[in-house]
Amino acid sequence: MKMSISRRSLLQLAGLGSLATGVGALTGRPAATPEPAANAAMGHHAGHAMGAVGRVSTETFDPMSFLRAWNFSDLPEQERARFYRETPQPDGSLLREYELFAVDREIEIAPGIFFPAWTYNGQVPGPSLRATEGDRVRVNFVNQGSHPHTMHFHGWHSPDMDGSMPEHQVAPGERFVYEFDAEPFGLHLYHCHAVPLKRHIHKGLYGAFIVDPKTPRPPADEMVMIMNGFDTNFDADNEVYAVNSVAHFHMADPIAVSLGQVVRIYLVNLTEFDLINSFHLHGMFFQVNRTGTSLEGRELTDTLMLCQGERAILEMTFRYPGLFMFHAHQSEFAELGWMGLFKAGEGPLAT
Amino acid sequence: MQPETRKRWLIGMLPLALLGGLVALILRTGLADSIRGEAPPLEVLSFQRVELTPAGFVVEVLNDGPDPLRIAQVQVDEAYWAFTIKPAGELGRLGRARLDIPYPWVKAEAHAIRLVTSTGITFDHEIPVAMTTPQPGWRFAGLFALIGLYVGVIPVALGLLWYPLVGRLGPRALGFLLALTIGLLLFLLVDVTHEGLEAVKSMPAAFQGLALFAFGIGAAYLGIEAFGAWLAKRQVGAGAAWVTALLVAIGIGLHNLGEGLAIGAALGLGEVAMGKLLILGFTLHNTTEGLAIVAPIAKTPTSLARLLLLGLVGGLPTIAGAWLGGFVYSPTLSVLFLALGAGAIAQVIVQIAKGMAADRPLADSLRTGPVMAGLFVGFVLMYTTGILIQ
Repeated sequence: MKMSISRRSLLQLAGLGSLATGVGALTGRPAATPEPAANAAMGHHAGHAMGAVGRVSTETFDPMSFLRAWNFSDLPEQERARFYRETPQPDGSLLREYELFAVDREIEIAPGIFFPAWTYNGQVPGPSLRATEGDRVRVNFVNQGSHPHTMHFHGWHSPDMDGSMPEHQVAPGERFVYEFDAEPFGLHLYHCHAVPLKRHIHKGLYGAFIVDPKTPRPPADEMVMIMNGFDTNFDADNEVYAVNSVAHFHMADPIAVSLGQVVRIYLVNLTEFDLINSFHLHGMFFQVNRTGTSLEGRELTDTLMLCQGERAILEMTFRYPGLFMFHAHQSEFAELGWMGLFKAGEGPLAT
Repeated sequence: MQPETRKRWLIGMLPLALLGGLVALILRTGLADSIRGEAPPLEVLSFQRVELTPAGFVVEVLNDGPDPLRIAQVQVDEAYWAFTIKPAGELGRLGRARLDIPYPWVKAEAHAIRLVTSTGITFDHEIPVAMTTPQPGWRFAGLFALIGLYVGVIPVALGLLWYPLVGRLGPRALGFLLALTIGLLLFLLVDVTHEGLEAVKSMPAAFQGLALFAFGIGAAYLGIEAFGAWLAKRQVGAGAAWVTALLVAIGIGLHNLGEGLAIGAALGLGEVAMGKLLILGFTLHNTTEGLAIVAPIAKTPTSLARLLLLGLVGGLPTIAGAWLGGFVYSPTLSVLFLALGAGAIAQVIVQIAKGMAADRPLADSLRTGPVMAGLFVGFVLMYTTGILIQ
């Protein structure tokens, strides 16, 4: 509501006091003093009031199962075979074939807020793809969307597999096969590289591409977290921030982890419009393995900053039971949805 | 019924009946939808009132767009925040809803409320200076009455004290004084019109603020014209001069009602704080209004009681306006009152000018030196005292 008293308006904070004092004298109490009791009470409850209200539907996209799914492992065997096939190669490596398609779909990014997304396989982020170093990766890509799209992988590949040049754009209804060897090992990503790039990325065309070293990393409770954001009102600024798309999802539904077990987070930043994003974990420290290109972490910290497209593998072990908050250490992002909880408990993982 | 009458009725009703059929056709077929195509819903949400309570914010909104919408989330200062909404669910065209948002707002600081609809469209309201919204009660009623007294009643009363002086003036000086009054009123007319047009901008588009404003001006002008004629006919009081003075007082009173409304609303919504300078400005500014009221009765003996009545008619509405503005403000109400003020003042200007002209053409009476000087001085007086309250 705009209300202006134009000719009369004079923003003079100190001024009311002079007038109000007169009334205070009349009524026997100061007119313009703060209400400390009420304010204190509000402060006490404020912590519970922050956050999106309600729950999203998890029928078409469940952030909890996305977290620990790769190569369509969240699908029933029969259905999974439609999207992912492994064929052993003579040299002991695997040919990994993927069926990916771009499609326009409305997704729920906060309770009751629906975003007209461009997706890979109907979900944002797109399916997490995972191979071992040296494997052959073949992605049969079909564009079922309304605009030209591509798949641009980070990793070694020849220029014609880059999905970035004008001639690489896959028109609606057309298909393209991306094929390359998975290397180097590390945590990578894929995203649409059609122009305008900014729109194709922020509409939701991205996902994680994990390449495991030939000697696997030690066993751990592994999960994929893609930091993202959504501009819902076309002002080139995000109204929702999250990991894996849904604002404050893991505040209401904490991620269960086991005490003493290594937790490995594949963290990718695909936030559009903002230069950087970050990850902060409460109550403990984690090892940072930037781009995942080493076999172990080389930096112990509790806060990590990543630019768009940057990624890191984080490893941590929970020492105390209970709830541990994690969020962007940019308060604005945290309060606009990029905030969640781990719930550490005894015994084997109950998920 | 005569056959001729029946025929007239039939002819008169025929286009209306056909119109009804057309409306039914548009509503029952998908005609409108097919013209519209796949255009997304047009969402427009208008903030009607935002109150600050010790517990947080109370927000009243109105769906000012052609399509229904659904408020999905609330952000306060760029954070998703808890809220309850009544009624929940879809908000139809011109539907109203009330949101309660518990929030630890900070006194004297700015806050921003953003409502996010199901399609992600956002509607923003800014609170420039957070202060508890006055609730109807003795304390704030007293505060607003005091403000009204300062800026309306006392200044007008002070102006009336010139009455004995204006009685002793010659015709040229009196002409100057009446012209000065017109100058003052012209300034107020410009001012109140400006305020009204500003207020129109904050009204929901569906209520067509400009049309309402124009209607209000016309209604007030004609209403006061009729009231003046009625008074004159009944020979109430001391004749034409007294009627003119009373009408001037009414016009100024309506203007001050609008002024009080703006002050009360701004104070109530924490958008302005009255400073010493502002109070001083209003006092100086409005004292000239008292002068305008007594000028028409300069040569007419008038009792103290009547003078008092004129003062109250001119000044008291400021208090009423402050109460209305502070407690039940709405942009629509504001536009309506400002329009009444503009119409009343316009009528009074015409009334005084006619009185000055008497039987001569109006232009002749305005051409004289004292009159032109009066018009000029009146405007400049308002302009310079106006600087204080800008």
